[in-house]
Amino acid sequence: MDLRIKIGGTVFKNPVWSASGTFGSGREFTEFIDVSEAGAIVAKTVTLEAREGNPPQRIVETPSGMLNSIGLENKGVEFFKQENYPFLKSVKTRVVISVAGFSAEDFAECAERASEKNFPDAIEVNLSCPNVKHGLTRGRLIAQDAGATRRTVARVRKKTGCLVIAKLTPNVTDIAEIARAAEDGGADAVSLVNTYLGMAVDAYKMKPVLGNIVGGLSGPAIKPMALRAVWEVYKAVKVPVIGMGGIMSGTDAAEFMLCGARAVQVGTANLADPAAHNRILREFREYLDENKIKKASDLTGRLQV
Amino acid sequence: MARINKTKIISNRRVAPDHFLVELDAPYLARHAEPGQFVNVKVRSGEGGPLLRLPLGIHNIKKNRVSFLYKTVGTKTKLLSAKAKGETLDVLGPLGNSFDTSRAKSGAGRKALLVAGGHGVAPLFALARKLRLEKKEVELFLGACDARHLLCVKEFKQLGIKARVATECGRAGARGYVTRVLSEYLAGNAEKAENFMIYACGPKPMLAAVSAEAEKYGLSAEVSLDAYMACGIGVCLGCAVRTVHGYKLVCKDGPVFDAREIDWKSER
Repeated sequence: MDLRIKIGGTVFKNPVWSASGTFGSGREFTEFIDVSEAGAIVAKTVTLEAREGNPPQRIVETPSGMLNSIGLENKGVEFFKQENYPFLKSVKTRVVISVAGFSAEDFAECAERASEKNFPDAIEVNLSCPNVKHGLTRGRLIAQDAGATRRTVARVRKKTGCLVIAKLTPNVTDIAEIARAAEDGGADAVSLVNTYLGMAVDAYKMKPVLGNIVGGLSGPAIKPMALRAVWEVYKAVKVPVIGMGGIMSGTDAAEFMLCGARAVQVGTANLADPAAHNRILREFREYLDENKIKKASDLTGRLQV
Repeated sequence: MARINKTKIISNRRVAPDHFLVELDAPYLARHAEPGQFVNVKVRSGEGGPLLRLPLGIHNIKKNRVSFLYKTVGTKTKLLSAKAKGETLDVLGPLGNSFDTSRAKSGAGRKALLVAGGHGVAPLFALARKLRLEKKEVELFLGACDARHLLCVKEFKQLGIKARVATECGRAGARGYVTRVLSEYLAGNAEKAENFMIYACGPKPMLAAVSAEAEKYGLSAEVSLDAYMACGIGVCLGCAVRTVHGYKLVCKDGPVFDAREIDWKSER
């Protein structure tokens, strides 16, 4: 069984990666699993300057999912490098660093600082975190605006030699349009979906549950919507698509690949169970075995329509 | 170091209106857990069940066994209360930090003052046992909404600790909040106050009041906080609490904090 997949010339040992914000720097999970089994570790988003994050309450469970409004709390890219690069460089799998910013220049500078010689394997451009204010686009998020997406990706492209993955938001009318814009900007791949905007209300206190009022919905509840988004984007662009949204099992991962994903990311499942990632990878192998699929990469786009 | 523990339920019984005590066969937890720490319990009932785990403070630690005292407030605690003897329970832990018992001294006049509000008494029981093993004097201040919700009084008595009680209805003990009983005790023992160390657990307003009392007498106090959690292992950054040094995580930097660290004025 050959689990390897290739994105822009880089080979990843398997298509099951961790999702940003749910896996820390990977180090936190080493107590529970061998994190090097992941096809790639996608780290928590960093920004140029430290960010405090949003006021509590930052998370709440909802039916088959959860809302989060963490607010990109992080100690800044330089601190992250000092604290986590030695570990990430030593771990025996691919590493993707996620960056965010408030303007195209911000994103590009953060990506530049995050990039070193031969490390990381990719930069994921978090154009789509819903929990942060942006002043400079027509929509609230850069990834809600095709022009801003294209410009930001192009700037990042100029400032890093790593693979550039553009992470998209589903909170748009036409995600395929945004995906094409990212592709035009020079992205090596697109990853989707980030969380869906949502709210929770305490009917007795008559107040919003989240300190930031609005948050992002993730987990099994969003899988049907995420699958459709992956399917639409796969048909619209030539670059590889990395799919995510409620993956809890190996079969879920296979569903995303059938819809066109070359790789997938596991997120919320890690919060329910620190050993989830490796269980899902094992189940994915079992799926390939049961369906007599010799190469994982053969699964991409194989949906019979 | 935390582990995913596949434990077995030895008993799970109601001990008060909407309060249950569950005891688990859990050798690793029994060996490694310290008073103040917590676990994150999977109560998923298959597909479509709760997604996230349920955090529970360690209530008692015995040889090979740990127990948890919990209130059935919502879906997860209600699901847990329905689980039977013999069932397995997937428990992640031990998590978080623990009470620092070295801050409570032994010797003439020295005491640890434990202040509990409602089921906040749960982790303080494990603490009390440890303090007694360390030959320290312990006073317990226990508050509840009514007499039927005064928990663990007998168990503390067996440790030689008599509870100073308050109920909001006044049917047992003093009428009102437990912080008033504490306040009167401190006022009556003001000259000995430097010999006291406070450990508290309960609703946030209670902890804020305890912190203010401690401040008044120049006492140190440790508080055990609660927060809505997802991962429990310091990854998702969901359980943030506002402190004087910015946001900290209840699951990793806590749940035990020095009372002076917490920004009690912040709304959440």
